[in-house]
Amino acid sequence: MNPFSCGAARMWRNRGIAFKLILSTSVSSALIFLLVFGLHYYSSLKIIVKDIEANAQSLALSKANMIETALSSTMKIPESLACFLESASYDKEEILRLLHEIVERNPEICGSTIAFEPYRFEGKSSGFAPSFYKDNVNIAFSELSQESGGYFSLDWYQIPKEINRPQWSEPYYAGGGGKTLMATYSVPFYKEFRGEKQFMGVVTADISLEWLQHIVASIKVLQTGYAVLISKNGTLVTHPLKELIMNETIFGLAEERGDTTLREIGRKMIRGESGFVPFQSVDTEKHYWVYYTPIRSSGWALAILFPRNELVADINRLTWIVAILGIFGLTLLSIGLTIVARSITKPLTTMAMATQEIARGNLDVDLPLPRSGDEAGVLLSAFRSMKESLKDYIQRLTETTASKERIESELMIAHDIQMSILPKAFPPFPDRDEFDIYAMIHPAREVGGDFYDFFMIDHDHLCFAIGDVSGKGVPASLFMAVTKTLIKAASSKGIAPGETLTKVNRELSQGNEACMFATIFCGVLNTSTGEIFYANGGHNYPLVLREGSEATWLEGSSGIVVGGVENATYETGQAILQPGDSIFLYTDGVTEAMNEKEEFFSDDRLRTTITLFQGHPPKELISGVAGEIARFSQNMPQADDIAMMMIRFCGKKKR
Amino acid sequence: MLRAGLSILLCLLFLPVVEAAEKPLKKASFLPQWSPQAQFAGYYVAYEKGFYRKHGIDLTILQGGSDRPPLLFLTEGKTDFASSWLSAGLRWRSSGHKVINICQIVQRSALMLIAKKSHHITKPRDMDGKKVSLWGDEFQIQPRAFFRKYDLNVEIIPQSFSVNLFLRDGVDVASATWYNEYHTLINSGLNPDELTTFFFHDHGLNFPEDGIYTLEETFERDPSLSCAFVKASIEGWVYAFSHLEESLDIVLKFIEQAKIPANKTHQKWMLNRMRDLTAFSDQPGSIGVLQPTDYQRVSHVLKESGLMDTEPDYESFFVWCGKDVEK
Repeated sequence: MNPFSCGAARMWRNRGIAFKLILSTSVSSALIFLLVFGLHYYSSLKIIVKDIEANAQSLALSKANMIETALSSTMKIPESLACFLESASYDKEEILRLLHEIVERNPEICGSTIAFEPYRFEGKSSGFAPSFYKDNVNIAFSELSQESGGYFSLDWYQIPKEINRPQWSEPYYAGGGGKTLMATYSVPFYKEFRGEKQFMGVVTADISLEWLQHIVASIKVLQTGYAVLISKNGTLVTHPLKELIMNETIFGLAEERGDTTLREIGRKMIRGESGFVPFQSVDTEKHYWVYYTPIRSSGWALAILFPRNELVADINRLTWIVAILGIFGLTLLSIGLTIVARSITKPLTTMAMATQEIARGNLDVDLPLPRSGDEAGVLLSAFRSMKESLKDYIQRLTETTASKERIESELMIAHDIQMSILPKAFPPFPDRDEFDIYAMIHPAREVGGDFYDFFMIDHDHLCFAIGDVSGKGVPASLFMAVTKTLIKAASSKGIAPGETLTKVNRELSQGNEACMFATIFCGVLNTSTGEIFYANGGHNYPLVLREGSEATWLEGSSGIVVGGVENATYETGQAILQPGDSIFLYTDGVTEAMNEKEEFFSDDRLRTTITLFQGHPPKELISGVAGEIARFSQNMPQADDIAMMMIRFCGKKKR
Repeated sequence: MLRAGLSILLCLLFLPVVEAAEKPLKKASFLPQWSPQAQFAGYYVAYEKGFYRKHGIDLTILQGGSDRPPLLFLTEGKTDFASSWLSAGLRWRSSGHKVINICQIVQRSALMLIAKKSHHITKPRDMDGKKVSLWGDEFQIQPRAFFRKYDLNVEIIPQSFSVNLFLRDGVDVASATWYNEYHTLINSGLNPDELTTFFFHDHGLNFPEDGIYTLEETFERDPSLSCAFVKASIEGWVYAFSHLEESLDIVLKFIEQAKIPANKTHQKWMLNRMRDLTAFSDQPGSIGVLQPTDYQRVSHVLKESGLMDTEPDYESFFVWCGKDVEK
């Protein structure tokens, strides 16, 4: 593909729809129009030419016939005289009387002669040729053998003699003042002499051809069509151009104009052919159709020229009208297309600009009202409603975002508050070295339902609890706060954890319209002895890490969840921690943390992880477990609150 | 100084007038052998362009025609100069008339015989036993010599001035001149390829045709007049052949003045053929000179035909103004 067509293709591609639509439709319509138009013109022309040929033929034949009839009636006169001379006996007086009568009685005959061969009349060696001819009004006489040069080698005598048949001469000017166009018809006559047919002489009749010129000149075809009569030699006997008459042959004209077609037509004409041919005048460059036909008796030929421009004037006019209508129609079509295309492209352009504006964030951009119900209008109204919806949506989004931000900030505050009610300072009891305690909470949302707590009941007893409130978020956090407070309030010296939970349960159950509950593991550590009393309200049992052995779950009976049943009771279990032993408490957010394969972190993984970090201080161990959970769940969002707490019993150290 | 320059300028300005005034124009007349046509273009052009006046001649060109035999008119003193065929000039002189040829214009014979190929005539032999139409007198010398040469027995029919007898198949062969009847035939619808032509110059019978004749007496009385006439006429021919369109218009003007139908196409053909016939020469640069070989050929044929008893002396018959003209 050449770079130009590539460029052109690109140019075309980058043009607007309106341009493409108008151009392609106009061009294809114009092509169709031209095709139909051309076909119509061609067929009409064909029909017209056919008509013209028929008309031309009948006109030419009728005129040729007219001339023929006139000529043959004249030809009969010398012919019958010749016949008389061949059959009858005659003397000089008889001949003169006959000749005089012929000239007198036939107005079309201007003169008549009987010319004898030498010695054929009264033995005259110079021949004898009496001749009567009209001289103005009188009839004059002359004897042609008396004129210089004689008549034996003149065409009118010599040709019929040599060819032995009657002959029309070439037309010539003669008569009064040599202004009359005439032609002579010569008939040879013979006599039997000793059994042999002997040439006696020639009878002639001179005929004025004015009537003939008149007939031909009167043939007019429309404004500029005309007829031409040519003689046997091709001499122009009649022609609209006077200077050509009798002065030029059709062949001379062809030579002067360098027109071989004209010469060929001329040759066909003098050969006695008929035909209908197109012809362009070299001189005037006018186009004609020519019909030519012979006038047989004289060997002349008649041609009628039909002016093409005039004959096709009607069809040309019609063609012009059709062409103008076509152009008008095409223009209308283009205008219509432009309007339609504009109605499509204008909304599109507006929408394209509006879209850019909207993309920049300006939703207040003006869109025109749809003015039609067509696809463009539907698109525009859809676009308008889309813009409105977008605007609405963005407004709502802005409002929602604002309220969400408010809530979020409130939640942040709630989070801070929640966190603040949990002991967060580590080490919490820096002056105590019998135990080490560390805890961590990580709510799934801003605020959560998990909690932990620890506090000293008296000098030797550390109360600790971890819990998980049903549900999440703000309600859970509120419930958790209540629960935590209740635990703290219910715990006092000498009260077993089971009893504490029983109390807390009773308090929570009363008026618990929200039907919330919590799982709680609560215990008291004797910091001197390592003895632990504990109670479990439906919570995961903590793991006990003893030095030199694997972590194990603390065993004991588990009560039901706290806050569910009003008069539930909880038993108190007991365990002993040796110095160095630890207890690890957690909520189900730890074991139920999920990875992408929807696998739980699980008890086993927890125990393995803890075993891995055995011996490390509580803070490091909890961080390690948290890190392991984070690695396990990777990109999965945290589904539940996570809380972990670890207490290491160190035993009483000697100061 | 200024006066001297001015007088030179004045001298230059009046020089032609002075010259013309010194030499009064000599009256003279010229008779062509036929009515005005391009066959005599050189004379009409020379007249129209003022070449004769330039050479000091106040010329009258007489109207030619069949009733005005030029040599007879010359002898009778009705014209000073006349155009005639060489054969006619020779016979006229041999019959005791003191005419001389002072310039041979047409070097090549334009006379020819024409036959239709449709009559199966393509070579001289084919004419045997056929009807041949011939003009009279001078026009029969070459054809008859031709028939003798090829030993042809033909039926001779007198030919008028038209070609109609030939066109209507009244005869098989007709006489024609290349510059006239041949073209008439073509312009009567016959194509050149339908015709067989026999140019006499192709058959060893080249007769130089139109030449300028005058009486010995006229020449001897004032040789400068005859030489001036020849010089101006040659100038006219040279001009005519190099200015065809202009010359054609001049010829047509003379034809119209003679009230003869003028046919431009035909005259154009004729002028072109005259150029071919005139320029023809075995010895280039000898325009106007009667070649002794041509002279001898024509005399020989004339004597052989019994048309001439004594052969005139070449030197006394052809008087060439010589180098004076060639300037």
